[in-house]
Amino acid sequence: MELFNLAIRSIFIDNMVFAYFLGMCSFLAVSKKVSTALGLGAAVIFVLTVTVPVNWLLNEFVLKEGALSWAGETFATIDLSFLRFIMFIAIIAAMVQLVEMVVEKFAPALYGALGIFLPLIAVNCAILGGSLFMAQRDYTLAESAVYGFGSGTGFFLAIIALAAIREKLKYSNVPNGLKGLGITMLLTGLMGIAFMSFMGIDL
Amino acid sequence: MSTETAQAEVKKSSEALLSKRRKKLISDPLVDDNPITIQVLGICSALAVTTQMQPTLVMAISVIFVIVMANLTISLLRNTIPSRVRIIVQLAVVATLVTLVNEVLKAFAFDMYKELSVFVGLIITNCIVMGRLEAFALGNKPYDAILDGFGSALGYSWIILAVAFFRELLGSGSVFGVAIYEPISGLFGEDFSLATNGLMVSPVGAFIILGLIIWVQRTKTGYVEH
Repeated sequence: MELFNLAIRSIFIDNMVFAYFLGMCSFLAVSKKVSTALGLGAAVIFVLTVTVPVNWLLNEFVLKEGALSWAGETFATIDLSFLRFIMFIAIIAAMVQLVEMVVEKFAPALYGALGIFLPLIAVNCAILGGSLFMAQRDYTLAESAVYGFGSGTGFFLAIIALAAIREKLKYSNVPNGLKGLGITMLLTGLMGIAFMSFMGIDL
Repeated sequence: MSTETAQAEVKKSSEALLSKRRKKLISDPLVDDNPITIQVLGICSALAVTTQMQPTLVMAISVIFVIVMANLTISLLRNTIPSRVRIIVQLAVVATLVTLVNEVLKAFAFDMYKELSVFVGLIITNCIVMGRLEAFALGNKPYDAILDGFGSALGYSWIILAVAFFRELLGSGSVFGVAIYEPISGLFGEDFSLATNGLMVSPVGAFIILGLIIWVQRTKTGYVEH
């Protein structure tokens, strides 16, 4: 139940895009068509669900203060948490590469759909943000997996909704200066208001 | 062949310290080719920290430092990095610089460190940094790379400061923490006072303010996206 609650929270209330502005670059750049937004969204769910728990293991057994105590008494006082950024981003880049190779080998159809988005994801702030929030909030392993999946799903919903609106928007008469990025920002703001209505839900 | 390139090098290095071309490197990203409003990069951190001006200023300074230093480092290493692994090298350089900023903040400005929380770390994935490294530092000399990085970072900084100015003024009634007007207490206050707009403090306000700034800015420069 606790986990379910966390999932709901991370999808709707603490939405990556609307509450923390994470992953905005790809959110804005890849939301012109629903089909491509679908691909990117799915890839983000996938990569977040994998990298957050892996980074949890790394944080718990290598980086945290006293995390190295399993290696012996002498290591028990070492605090490597200042290496967090560089280790997390290295893990993310490596995992993305790994995921890309595995998907290419075993699911060529999925690779065709996700292929071009996977390298983009290594530098998507939603992915790194997910891991950093996980470390900051002291989740357990199960919680971090659920959090990764939930926040990925939140991103997925947001980007698909925006892409659907932008597809329709092609037929409207937008002032020149607002075309493209400007109107998309305003739209995102309005969608944010809609998502604010989920606030206060507690299961 | 070798003498020719040597001559070209000499010619280039004799260029004035702030020649017209180099001034353009700094001034272009300020308005005409602004990283946020025209190139649509680095939006994530632009919005997250802009509820107050003070953290925004810290963020802007951090980003200026990271972009300039990363551009310099990559530009110095540009002939030794194999192109297949360049992304990883760039990430490593940027992550190291960001760790440095993070540790300095932790040591000397702990409140600010708490307030910015994960968003300092997210400078690593700020697309402006990677964008400048890919597009400029890998193919240009160190001094030019510094100027280019500085220009882009300034273009980024003034936009986020502008967003923060409006958000803090309308949302909290202050600028840089100094109260400008008293928020209204009842529906009809006795003195002249204005109600603060709670929407400006929430993420929604950031999107709308940035959208409007983009509108004004693009109308002035005449840039139209298709």
